[in-house]
Amino acid sequence: MIAPVIEAVDIVKFLGDGAGRVQALKGVSLSLACGELTLLMGPSGSGKTTLLSILGSILTPTSGIVRIGGHSTVGARPAALARLRRDYIGFVFQTYHLFPTLNALDNVRLALDVRGERSDRAIAKAKAVLATVGLSHKQDAFPSELSGGEQQRVAIARAIVGDASAILADEPTGALDSENGHTIMTILAQIAKDPARGVLVVTHDPRILPFANRIIHIEDGRILSDERREAAGA
Amino acid sequence: MSLTVKLASRNLFQDRLRFIATIVGIVFSMVLVNIQMGLFLSFERMVTTMIDHAPADLWIVPFGTKCFEDPSLLDTHDQALALAVPGVMQAVPVAIGFTPWTVPGGGTTPVFIVGSSTDATGLRPWNVVKGNPDALAAPHAVAIDQTYFGRLGVNAIGDSTEIREQKAEVKVITNGIRSFTTTPYVFTSLEQAGEYTGTPPNRVSYYLVHLSPGADIGDVRKRLVASLPKVEVLTPGEFRSRSRAFWLFGTGAGAALFTGALLGAIVGTVIVAQTLYSSTKDHLSEFATLRAIGSSNLYIHKVIICQALLSAVIGFSLAACISLMIVVLTAETSLPILMTPILTLGLFLLTVVMCVVSALAAIVQVMRIDPARVFKA
Repeated sequence: MIAPVIEAVDIVKFLGDGAGRVQALKGVSLSLACGELTLLMGPSGSGKTTLLSILGSILTPTSGIVRIGGHSTVGARPAALARLRRDYIGFVFQTYHLFPTLNALDNVRLALDVRGERSDRAIAKAKAVLATVGLSHKQDAFPSELSGGEQQRVAIARAIVGDASAILADEPTGALDSENGHTIMTILAQIAKDPARGVLVVTHDPRILPFANRIIHIEDGRILSDERREAAGA
Repeated sequence: MSLTVKLASRNLFQDRLRFIATIVGIVFSMVLVNIQMGLFLSFERMVTTMIDHAPADLWIVPFGTKCFEDPSLLDTHDQALALAVPGVMQAVPVAIGFTPWTVPGGGTTPVFIVGSSTDATGLRPWNVVKGNPDALAAPHAVAIDQTYFGRLGVNAIGDSTEIREQKAEVKVITNGIRSFTTTPYVFTSLEQAGEYTGTPPNRVSYYLVHLSPGADIGDVRKRLVASLPKVEVLTPGEFRSRSRAFWLFGTGAGAALFTGALLGAIVGTVIVAQTLYSSTKDHLSEFATLRAIGSSNLYIHKVIICQALLSAVIGFSLAACISLMIVVLTAETSLPILMTPILTLGLFLLTVVMCVVSALAAIVQVMRIDPARVFKA
């Protein structure tokens, strides 16, 4: 049985105030299981990124329940939410969000440093993870010296170095050409094969459909379809 | 190097121009504070220099005397009354006063006459570099400090001039006896001082009381107070405190120095706060990423405070070097600026506090970041 690492039940989210207030999510329920790569697809404004933010405990829902690693986020204080993110979630962003003043190794180490892991073992672990994304030879390079694909691989290494059980990726191939996009999705699909990890990818990109074990379509704040399938891309 | 320090230093040094502006702000601010406080310390020492070097166990001063330069006078009968008090071995008179010195090259300049017994019981010049203080017993003999050669128009033993239209001949030259009023001190004998200042023969300014061996200072003081009318009997410490209180706070000089120092600290704080705030604003997306990946508030505070502390250490080090140069350059002038280890430590702590306080605005800004901004492409 596939254990859910994140579970959301009947999530409602309003954004904005006054006349600009909109309901971004209208009672969404889903669970993210380990060992699979889930695609969350939908048009712009459908609520994909809002849902990703709530699943990652960056945003809190207006109503509904989110459980991360079995811990409910209802009523949790910001510090507790930060702890949940630190312990259970790795983020991959469309524009990488690497630290321009740190080299690749330090960018990866940062995810361990915020968890208080600062020993030589942490450095060795960061180097090992950089190797798994094929960037051992670029560990001293700064983001400005890396291609977009390489930067995204560093960002993935940062997301997984802390042994996060959920990897949440927001348009990870959105800023990449098809070759680099394919490389990134291959890495994410490989990560999703780990029975202790689940990967959720928000995307518009139909080219990455073959990598998915599960595809969720969302539109107008509601899940329209949720289908499981055999991944073929990895 | 820890990652917080690395991140802080890279953030700080990334924009060189802004970093230089920050450091210049701290340096100017701290040099200003250092000068003001150095002047304060220097004034504090100079206003009591005569009291510090007078060989007195107690001072008999006119009632209400505010400082050493006070023009009030005592009656010479007081000396006999003081000597009659058990425990008093000597009561050595001192005469002081402002008077005009004729500059040999033309014109006059005010000087401050200090006249006393020329033996070791009196208030004699110290730091003597030429001549012998015993020579001041001769008529018209005076001692001057080499700091004021230019102002007095004399520069060697044997040079002569007039003080209040009476002959004066330089017999002793000292180094470093400076007046905080910048009016040169001129030492002479008691009798000569009376003539130079126009003090009536039956009047003097102070008596330096020397106690008999074994006498209790508290008892002698009580007896002196009881025996002498219209005078005060002060310990050297009390006279020092009174002089400092008058010159540094009664006249507003100290307040002006403190205000200057305070303004320096405020200007420094504002400059550092502005540059840290601006630096933080430029790195908001990085701080948002830190928050998104689960860093604690403490971790982010550490990065910002580390930036502030690095600025403080670098800024203070440069400021201390510049201040030290100013101290050396002013050491031989009539207005020396002092720098003591305690002042240096105090200024370092002030710099650290100033920079950490400056970081608060940046911290508040970072705490307001919405970590969800990391999802905006």
